[in-house]
Amino acid sequence: MSKIRGNAAIVGTAESDLGAVAPDMSPIDLMAQGTMRALDDCGLALSDVDGILVAASQSRMAALSLCEYLGVNPGFFDSTQVGGSSFMAHLTHAQAAIAAGLCETVVVAYGSTQRTIGRATASAREPNPYEDPYKPMMPPSAYALAASRHMHEFGTTREQLAEVAVAARNWAKLNPKSFMTDDLTVEDVLNARMISHPFTVRDCCLVTDGGGAIVVTTPERAKDLKQKPVYILGTGEAITHAMISQMPDLTTSGTAISGPIAFERAGVKPSDIDVLALYDAFTINVILFLEDLGYCKKGEGGAFVEGGRIGPGGELAVNTSGGGLSYCHPGMYGLLVLIEAARQIQGVCGERQQDNVNLTLAHGNGGVLSSQCTVILGSEETL
Amino acid sequence: MSEPAEKSPLAVFREYCDRGELAYQVGDGEPFFYPRLAAPGTGSTDLDWKVSGGLGTVYATTTLFPRGGDPYDVSLIDLDEGFRMMSRVEGIDPLEVKVGMRVKVRMIPGTDDDAPYPVFDIAEDA
Repeated sequence: MSKIRGNAAIVGTAESDLGAVAPDMSPIDLMAQGTMRALDDCGLALSDVDGILVAASQSRMAALSLCEYLGVNPGFFDSTQVGGSSFMAHLTHAQAAIAAGLCETVVVAYGSTQRTIGRATASAREPNPYEDPYKPMMPPSAYALAASRHMHEFGTTREQLAEVAVAARNWAKLNPKSFMTDDLTVEDVLNARMISHPFTVRDCCLVTDGGGAIVVTTPERAKDLKQKPVYILGTGEAITHAMISQMPDLTTSGTAISGPIAFERAGVKPSDIDVLALYDAFTINVILFLEDLGYCKKGEGGAFVEGGRIGPGGELAVNTSGGGLSYCHPGMYGLLVLIEAARQIQGVCGERQQDNVNLTLAHGNGGVLSSQCTVILGSEETL
Repeated sequence: MSEPAEKSPLAVFREYCDRGELAYQVGDGEPFFYPRLAAPGTGSTDLDWKVSGGLGTVYATTTLFPRGGDPYDVSLIDLDEGFRMMSRVEGIDPLEVKVGMRVKVRMIPGTDDDAPYPVFDIAEDA
């Protein structure tokens, strides 16, 4: 167990405007909007903030932009950028910084206007002489390659992949902020427009605008705020590659490293977790992460998700927000994964709220299955 | 490593491509690709360039469906020498490219606009 287990708590969370935001909004507008909403959520003021952690694909030096916009000069800042899992990494860094006494109250923020300005503009690709000649569509093709290997080795089917999208859609119907809530069946997923085989457009995350912020502070300060504190019990991180052609084994992600570290630091096991929030950039992600986190054996993830098992009313609550597949995916979706995992413990999830939630797991994915960061959160009862 | 590098790893790789050869490197006995100045894992800078026999096996595959264009293949190929690279399998319907198929390299010559690069054809008996 980690000696800094529970030494910091999420006290405020907020989404910025999501989906398709007002014309000419900037990603920094959305970060600031999320920051002020999250501070309002917990009852703290901007003057209480002495740490800023932020990442965005549209802002290379995001901490500079957000600090300037807000007019703050925090003693601690961090713009770690490892893709969509960056915010899970930020939580680890915030926890360590608070434990070390470098800061006391930090904001983790994100914003994206990729739907408004177009994904190619929002996430400019870096030249890659060893992959560019083949014109992969990134990121979908990278995840499609992983799916092809999983299907070959374990007999995973397109129908099983589609079950992940259907479960996400059924959860999304319970979330008033979801981007897509119309009925979706396995057949609908299979018959949708093919993008990069075996993925149709319904195997792929949404392309939306959005962002938000999380406020993290010390347990002492957390006690007197408006929301129930959500303690950071344990985190784990792994980077296995940058290019998909360099991934050591396309059927096992770095989650098999980050997950066990997080569980060990938190002093809990997979079966203890009440709600899972897994970064579902593509349908294969959820299958890989359930396997790599220990919810089923390697290769059995396809069968595991069949029959609505991870949807509303199923045995295991996964991606209760509706996920990147149906709720919101602004490009680096990890911050919103963390928000849902925290809110399920706070008990503020409305129609999709699960009963007696004390432990949740938020898992972030970045790049092309490249960076994997796992965060385990707990209520006061778990301390 | 104390001397300035005369050529980038990419420039050396492309010189081999210009001769129709698929090159890779070996450091501490381990083959690797893409070309680097230091071996991944060990950091060894005592590296040898080798020319692949060009035979390999499809490790993973996808078919892309661009709007308004023809579908095409992107695959990861495991070369027999023990390294992996991204490439394209040509000459058959891209949806017929399957994991486990044997393939052989063919070099696409460079042009004024593009560097040479390797693709693969089916090699049924190899």
